[in-house]
Amino acid sequence: MGVDAVRLYAVVAAGGFRRYATYRTATAAGVFTNTVFGFIMAYTYVALWDERPQLGGYDMPQALTYVWLGQALLMTCAMMGGGFEDELIERIRTGDVAVDLYRPVDLQLWWLAGDLGRAAFHLLGRGIVPMLLGSLAFDLALPASPGVWLAFLVSVALGVVVSFAIRYLVALSAFWLLDGAGVSQMTALAGMFFSGMLLPLTLFPGVLGDVARVLPWSSLLQVPADVLLGKSTGWGLVEAYAFQGGWALTLLLVGRLVQSVATRRVVVQGG
Amino acid sequence: MAETAGAVEVTEAAGPPEVVFVERSRLVEGVRAYGLIATMWLRSTMAYRASFAMTAFGNFAVTAFDFVAILLMFQHVDALGGYTLAEIALLYGASGTAFGLADLVMGSMDRLGRRVRDGTLDTLLVRPVPVLAQVAADRFALRRMGRITQGALVLGYALVTLDIGWTPLKVAMIPLMLLSGAAIFAAVFVAGAAFQFVAQDASEVQNSFTYGGNTLLQYPPSIFSKDLVRGVTFVVPLAFVNWLPALYVLGRDYPLGLPDWVAFLPPVVAGLCWLLAGLAWRSGLRAYRSTGS
Repeated sequence: MGVDAVRLYAVVAAGGFRRYATYRTATAAGVFTNTVFGFIMAYTYVALWDERPQLGGYDMPQALTYVWLGQALLMTCAMMGGGFEDELIERIRTGDVAVDLYRPVDLQLWWLAGDLGRAAFHLLGRGIVPMLLGSLAFDLALPASPGVWLAFLVSVALGVVVSFAIRYLVALSAFWLLDGAGVSQMTALAGMFFSGMLLPLTLFPGVLGDVARVLPWSSLLQVPADVLLGKSTGWGLVEAYAFQGGWALTLLLVGRLVQSVATRRVVVQGG
Repeated sequence: MAETAGAVEVTEAAGPPEVVFVERSRLVEGVRAYGLIATMWLRSTMAYRASFAMTAFGNFAVTAFDFVAILLMFQHVDALGGYTLAEIALLYGASGTAFGLADLVMGSMDRLGRRVRDGTLDTLLVRPVPVLAQVAADRFALRRMGRITQGALVLGYALVTLDIGWTPLKVAMIPLMLLSGAAIFAAVFVAGAAFQFVAQDASEVQNSFTYGGNTLLQYPPSIFSKDLVRGVTFVVPLAFVNWLPALYVLGRDYPLGLPDWVAFLPPVVAGLCWLLAGLAWRSGLRAYRSTGS
């Protein structure tokens, strides 16, 4: 990739950031909602950890940090979907995607760049304030060392790429199904449950827990949370990155494969 | 133009008889229009059957996962906030079913902000049909039956499992709770939509009270702080959806020490909510200025 290509994708990413940054009221409303849900979930976790301190290997402050982190990353890692795939699905359904395929840019990288910009905005705009409010109301276990925060940010970035790769596949399904609503919803469900958004994956029993922890969705919340809470350090951190990076690469490659099949075999819709 | 099904019910109670006749026809008209628009959307949905099946199942499953999370919690504990699994299932099922009903009938209201922004609300204003009925029936989604089914199943499980000393009053309380609860949630949807006349991009605030309220009510009030419980009892009266009536059925005390008869207030509270939501909707619609785009 040449310097020009890097610049191009940087511009696309910046565009993604600016596009979401435009809607200030929506952002404020979203922060409000994240905070409300954060409070509700935090109280249920308090009740749970009151009964069973050290449940799932977390103490109470760590469990509460997990709750607020979930709210902060919900939009960033698009756990319930959203961000770009509705738009891409619409372009596939209407046939506009044919124009996109003629452009001198890579379709997957184009959307990835835009989604990274979106995620960066959501981390700043939707992540920080709920986390701050949560830390005012509850006793959280936030790390003091900047190194841990840096490691956490890397993990979040990898999580966003995994999330993108999954949603890109969802969007491509529209080449065959035309209406992507069903697949989108199924993936949103899996994302909510297997990312650990409802309950940390360390609390899932037996086989369900084993399976949940190796599925790609754990990259979206469970893995970054464990990095922030200091559960993954040293080789553990390397393993966490390898796990996320492995899923990111695999899913991106599958996406390219599906895309080449789709563009070769499927007749584009439209006039 | 600003006459709405919600406001109609109110005038009906307060207004003179001859007004009642006119207003009722307006209500009937609204309900009829709602039915027609909803039927149209039904047929449109059925054009993509695979997607409908998946989204209906998804709607069922999305809430089912909420309950799975509670089941997983009970893998580790015997009681949460002093409530057993079956007792929480009663709260969960009642709230889920009531919310599901409201969501089915009124769930499309949260698209109002988008309609204001892109100017398509104007189209609705020139039609000789109550605007509220048009907005509420817009994109009527039968898939939301999935949520109702899931809530009803959990409620059924709770009623079968719980050892309740049934009295006629307690039996009557169950349908009363579901219908009033649905009405309260529906009023929240309307009020939220009215708020979107002012802040079009703020549709997510509404989610805090609808989806957030539903999540809150799935858990017993004993685990929340007193201030939060006061807030949802006296400010946004969600506690009347299921907490107060269900705790009466369970024979449990409400954290704020309210008297027993409060459990029978949900229909009154629902009426009040509709009055306020109707007024809010009316003033929102009156204040509406098209974006002109």
